[in-house]
Amino acid sequence: MAAITMSNIVKKYGDGFPAVNDVSLDVQDGEFMILVGPSGCGKSTLLRMIVGLEDITSGEMRIGDKVVNTVAPRQRNLSMVFQNYALYPHLTVFENIAFPLRLAKTPDEEVRRRVTETAGLLELTEHLERKPANLSGGQRQRVAMGRAIVRQADAFLFDEPLSNLDAKLRGQMRTEIARLQRRLGVTTVYVTHDQTEAMTLGDRVAVLRKGVLQQVGSPRELYEQPVNLFVAGFIGSPSMNFLPASVEGTQLVTPLGRLDLRDPAKAAAAAGREVVLVGIRPEAFEDASLVGADKRATGQTVRARVDVTEWLGNEQFAYVPYEAPADLAAQLRELSRELDGDQLRTQAVVALDAASLIAAGDEAELWVDTGRLHIFDPATGENLTRDEERVAELGRHAERVRLSQRGARQDAPG
Amino acid sequence: MHFVFSPPAEAAAGLLDLPWREPLAEWADDRLVEIRRRGLSRHVVRFVSEGGRVYALKELADRLARREHRLLRRLRELGLPAVEAVGVVVDRPGDVDAILVTRFLDHSSSYRSLFTAPRAEPADRLLDALVELLARLHLAGFMWGDCSLSNVLFRFDAGAFAAYLVDAETAELHPSLSEGQRRYDVDLARERIAGELFDLAAAGTLPPDVDPVGVADDTVRRYDALWDELTREEVLRPGELRYRVADRVRRINDLGFDVDEVELLDAASSGTGEGVRLRVRTRVAEPGHHRRTLHARTGLAAEENQARRLLNDIASYRGWLERGTGRPVPEVVAAGRWLEEVYEPVVRAIPAGLRGRLDEVEIFHQVLEHRWFLSERSGRDVGTTAAARDYYRTVLPAVPAELTESVPPPDD
Repeated sequence: MAAITMSNIVKKYGDGFPAVNDVSLDVQDGEFMILVGPSGCGKSTLLRMIVGLEDITSGEMRIGDKVVNTVAPRQRNLSMVFQNYALYPHLTVFENIAFPLRLAKTPDEEVRRRVTETAGLLELTEHLERKPANLSGGQRQRVAMGRAIVRQADAFLFDEPLSNLDAKLRGQMRTEIARLQRRLGVTTVYVTHDQTEAMTLGDRVAVLRKGVLQQVGSPRELYEQPVNLFVAGFIGSPSMNFLPASVEGTQLVTPLGRLDLRDPAKAAAAAGREVVLVGIRPEAFEDASLVGADKRATGQTVRARVDVTEWLGNEQFAYVPYEAPADLAAQLRELSRELDGDQLRTQAVVALDAASLIAAGDEAELWVDTGRLHIFDPATGENLTRDEERVAELGRHAERVRLSQRGARQDAPG
Repeated sequence: MHFVFSPPAEAAAGLLDLPWREPLAEWADDRLVEIRRRGLSRHVVRFVSEGGRVYALKELADRLARREHRLLRRLRELGLPAVEAVGVVVDRPGDVDAILVTRFLDHSSSYRSLFTAPRAEPADRLLDALVELLARLHLAGFMWGDCSLSNVLFRFDAGAFAAYLVDAETAELHPSLSEGQRRYDVDLARERIAGELFDLAAAGTLPPDVDPVGVADDTVRRYDALWDELTREEVLRPGELRYRVADRVRRINDLGFDVDEVELLDAASSGTGEGVRLRVRTRVAEPGHHRRTLHARTGLAAEENQARRLLNDIASYRGWLERGTGRPVPEVVAAGRWLEEVYEPVVRAIPAGLRGRLDEVEIFHQVLEHRWFLSERSGRDVGTTAAARDYYRTVLPAVPAELTESVPPPDD
């Protein structure tokens, strides 16, 4: 096992366009790191530079304490999992797993020990003497994983491994990968464009945009304390709402109404600016009639006309259209396009308790949890209200979770 | 549902009434045929016989099917030996995956039958064919991502084998390959070949003297030697220059490759001391593919572009014959009738005084162009005979008699 350390990595192709631009990222020993972003953001290129498939234009790539910029892929001792795996019909499951060891002429005794151990981890022990044709789809995928594990590679790499599976198998495999990675504690880099995979699998998530690393942090940090509009919009579904607002003293005048900035830090962030973008997640709204007096006082209520509601049983969404100045509306549309989003209209998405009786066409009273809003600079996209103390706290929390999972693994039998 | 078939699609049209709405695994059609399977596929693969040809049908996700279809066509365009992608059926109802249709390679053999005792073919000739295919792909910027014996079909070729790529699902096309991409591909081939031979051994069909790991390692050695010969840069002393360049080009030709470009650099300026640095760029494709095909079918000798044009005309003539008879007409029959009924009448009709202005194949090609031009102008097909008559009257006399003379003498 080993850490993977990327310093100022640049990848330029023949046309001089930087597909990856000055990325520095440390994947710690045993960590599960996700690379995520919309198509064309450079995540796959970065993974391919770790593997050794793409030359590095400049910067330094280290695996463990070794610089690998010019090292051949096989010598890097990494394992690309599921990449075009082939199971051999006449070989038993045992031999299908053992096969990389046979190729390396590993002594029989060691082959037996390592294959037995691997099969135990994957719950394949009772299938070892069967042929792959008699296995289910999920079991075959586990045999392929076994082949990667038995090599004892320094790290596992996954490039959108689940994108071609059907929804059921995809869910199963996601759980399986997470469970195994925690148990084995193997350094893992996983590329996906699917933010559900990103949020559920990773210890940390690196968000890329047009070849530039935007933010790297635990899923919770990205969700709660995004560094900019792009990360705020990319992480979370439905997306964070961005409302244009003019600043009047300690008040934000938004299309949905006036919001008081009672938090001095937020007020300071807005001070001296004419126009800002206010970011409010759908779940920071609630039907005001369902909010108790205590809680009501911690936020603020606004009145807005609801266009459409969607009741889903466990929750419901309301859509609230609003007017935005033409220049900001164009900017928000552009952001939505870049995020591969489908929200072309300026409308707020509001999550309501499933018990709410607000209906389409109502002039509804909505409560806003103003403590959770963020303020963004419309010109640079920068988040002006990122709370560094909270970021540090979330970082410590994530590390504690990771170590306790690792501890559980070491205590686990087998 | 959406069918995309590449022209000429006459034969593929017969596939249209297959039960495309059903999952491929559930098809029951009397045109389905059993072909001995190539191992454990990740996808459902079935074979269909239609109009005297066999087609392979593979069910996979729309995006992958479209991509593989595009890549296989690109490989063929580049003259690289790959199975022919006939078409792809996408947007099938009920959320069923797409189906990629390729033409099954006639008279081909799989490694399973070639390696099988007691009549096992010598492994080294198969490996040479595989390695040559891999090198051609790499020169063209293709990373296969899945090079293995089971993803190749072999054809006998006068004492050697020709290898054809069968599966391009994981292939990637780049402007050129990095060293890492080539290495990765070769390492993967080594693993896959060993695995496939272990599998044959487990099935009891591998001759006992064949060592899977030995064969796999040997493949890598052969690839490295071939790649080195094709791309190596060397420093030549001025005195030996001509001989050494010619020698190198000849060796590359002997390996079955063409040389695209020979570049000579001043070695002193590239920091390697005395002499000249020789860099050769090896051509990717099998040279003269259309010339050879045309020659084999008709006995006509032509240049590459002429040959492509004439082959197209034969293909459309064949389509016309098939529509007329309502039955498939074999290529070789169509080519013979085309020669007799289309090509030769045009050539025989060349006025004696104009014969020799251009070579006959070129004249025929120009008559085809002229036919298109006249048909376009009159809004209906004028036919080849009328086009030839008009061409001989109005165009050919204007071609200067000396146009096809040899290079004019230098004016000094």
